[in-house]
Amino acid sequence: MRLDLEKRSDRSSLMALLSPIIAVALTLLFGAIVFWLRGVDPLHGLYVYFIQPMTDEWSREKLIVKATPLVLMGAGLALSYKANIWNIGAEGQFVMGALAAGAVPVLFPTWQSPEVMVVMLLAGSLGGLLWAWIPAVLKVKFHANEILTSLMLVYVARLVFDWLVRGIMRDPKGMNFPKSVRFEGWQRLPSWGDVHLGALFALVAALALAFVMYRMLKGFELRTLGLAPRAGRFAGFSADKAVYFCFAVSGAMAGLAGATDVMGVAHQLQTPYEPNYGFVAIIVAFLGRLNPIGSIIAGLLLAITFIGGEAAQATLHIPDKIAKVFQGVLLFFVLACDTLILYRIKLRAKK
Amino acid sequence: MDQFLAIAITIITASTPLLIAGLGELVVERSGVLNLGVEGMMVMGAVCGFGAAYATGNPYLGIVASIFGGVFMALLFGFLTLTLLANQVATGLAITLLGLGLSALIGESLVGQPIARLPNFHGIDILIIFSFILTALVSYMLFRTRAGLVIRAVGDNHASAHAMGFGVIAVRYACVVFGGACAGLAGGYLSLAYTPQWVENMTAGRGWIALALVVFATWLPGRLLVGAYLFGAISILAYIVQTFAWGIPSQLLSSLPYLVTVAALVVISGNRQLMRANTPTCLGQSFVPDR
Repeated sequence: MRLDLEKRSDRSSLMALLSPIIAVALTLLFGAIVFWLRGVDPLHGLYVYFIQPMTDEWSREKLIVKATPLVLMGAGLALSYKANIWNIGAEGQFVMGALAAGAVPVLFPTWQSPEVMVVMLLAGSLGGLLWAWIPAVLKVKFHANEILTSLMLVYVARLVFDWLVRGIMRDPKGMNFPKSVRFEGWQRLPSWGDVHLGALFALVAALALAFVMYRMLKGFELRTLGLAPRAGRFAGFSADKAVYFCFAVSGAMAGLAGATDVMGVAHQLQTPYEPNYGFVAIIVAFLGRLNPIGSIIAGLLLAITFIGGEAAQATLHIPDKIAKVFQGVLLFFVLACDTLILYRIKLRAKK
Repeated sequence: MDQFLAIAITIITASTPLLIAGLGELVVERSGVLNLGVEGMMVMGAVCGFGAAYATGNPYLGIVASIFGGVFMALLFGFLTLTLLANQVATGLAITLLGLGLSALIGESLVGQPIARLPNFHGIDILIIFSFILTALVSYMLFRTRAGLVIRAVGDNHASAHAMGFGVIAVRYACVVFGGACAGLAGGYLSLAYTPQWVENMTAGRGWIALALVVFATWLPGRLLVGAYLFGAISILAYIVQTFAWGIPSQLLSSLPYLVTVAALVVISGNRQLMRANTPTCLGQSFVPDR
């Protein structure tokens, strides 16, 4: 038997819709096999991992909290990847956003008014944007590969964060723990239960980015440059400006995600701070078919893998590392299933 | 003198995994495929090598297992990008994320376990010697043999290579598997010789640095050797400076290898002529034969 691809005469819109669903189904099948190999009843395992997190109020709130940064970053990355611009350093921009937002209460611990919240959110976005602009500038000015530079800066960002939070940003009254002062009052995001205002930002941002991408000239420009760079250049679209724009947007979104995470969840900076949201957001972007609205659904789905991992550890005694495996496998199947959009797969007997 | 020798040995052992992984990726990219999954293949090599050495007590079996770990991930990459024509950048990222997750799960019970280190003679083990031989072999193969000519033809113009009757996909599969074997071996070197233990994420970005080194070396094995040793030297010297406690923050010194990588990329990529002369033209493009 050999596997052949046959090009479809037209892009299959049915498959475009079905492929993420098939990918999720295959991931579940893979999960069932893993559970079975580990000596857990597969159905029970799948229930505990993927269904239970959605059944009670408390874990539904946690789900939204986890999905918030994933959607924010996934939507920004979707825009960037659509333009064939590969920012894979969202994790670093996320950390810098958290750091910049946290710097405000560290510098002005007694500042209490609604303005401080806005200033912190803006500082976070700006922190992420500026960190993301480093690879953008290096790409435009020196043609340095943005994949490698943006990724290298993740490690640098983590070390900068560690240095500052252990050093000048540490809480002087904090008994030498590597933590900043606690944010109070207006320095925190308003929240309902565990869910904080960031969830609303994520929803609005995803819708706004979808509007930019599919209803504005800028979005058309980016999609053209991504699909056919030569055609884009003939149309007078500037590839350099697209690089700056995409890194600015995806960086600012990652920075905002970092800001909302420290303002809404931890309420202080503490090191080490490696939530890995930035890398999972890459999967969110692809599972959402590089559409910002798709990122909303994909973000919720990947949030389940985080929560389910914790549940698996607690009730099934399977290490929570399984979450990372499911996330990797999911991206894998998403990419494989995307082939079905443009091609038919034919199995032929060997000649 | 003894101290100087000790530092030299440390630099060599730090450079060897970068060199081996880089050589593999160099051949892959010469055939026109961009596999960003080096980090994932490496970390799988590290865990498989360590696990096999722990189970059998034989570090040489560990080496073999690490190669298989890398090749397994490379085959997944090949199936997606070469057979299913998936985007190479995205698939490479998937391999890295999957490799980091799978290795963490497999290695869960191996954390903190002891193994017999790969034997060495005054700090020089067989993989160090092998890495030099491999550099020479890859260089000879790519530029002095027919096979190398075919690989470069496939990487520079896959349509012409196909028209001349070469199996583009088959050549690329072979190169991807070779790259996986090298990355796995490099990972195995980390967990069997460099620091004989298993720690989650123990590759710590070395796979990405190896990728950057290939660009830095402008796809030439000889320059890759120089680049890998330059990097090994810088990262080890950063550690040594740390012990002098001159008040330089340790985080700055730890970030040095990453900052140097960025700087190296900027310097090399800024030279357009050099890049245009050496970059495989079809790098990162899928090939669809018209049947």
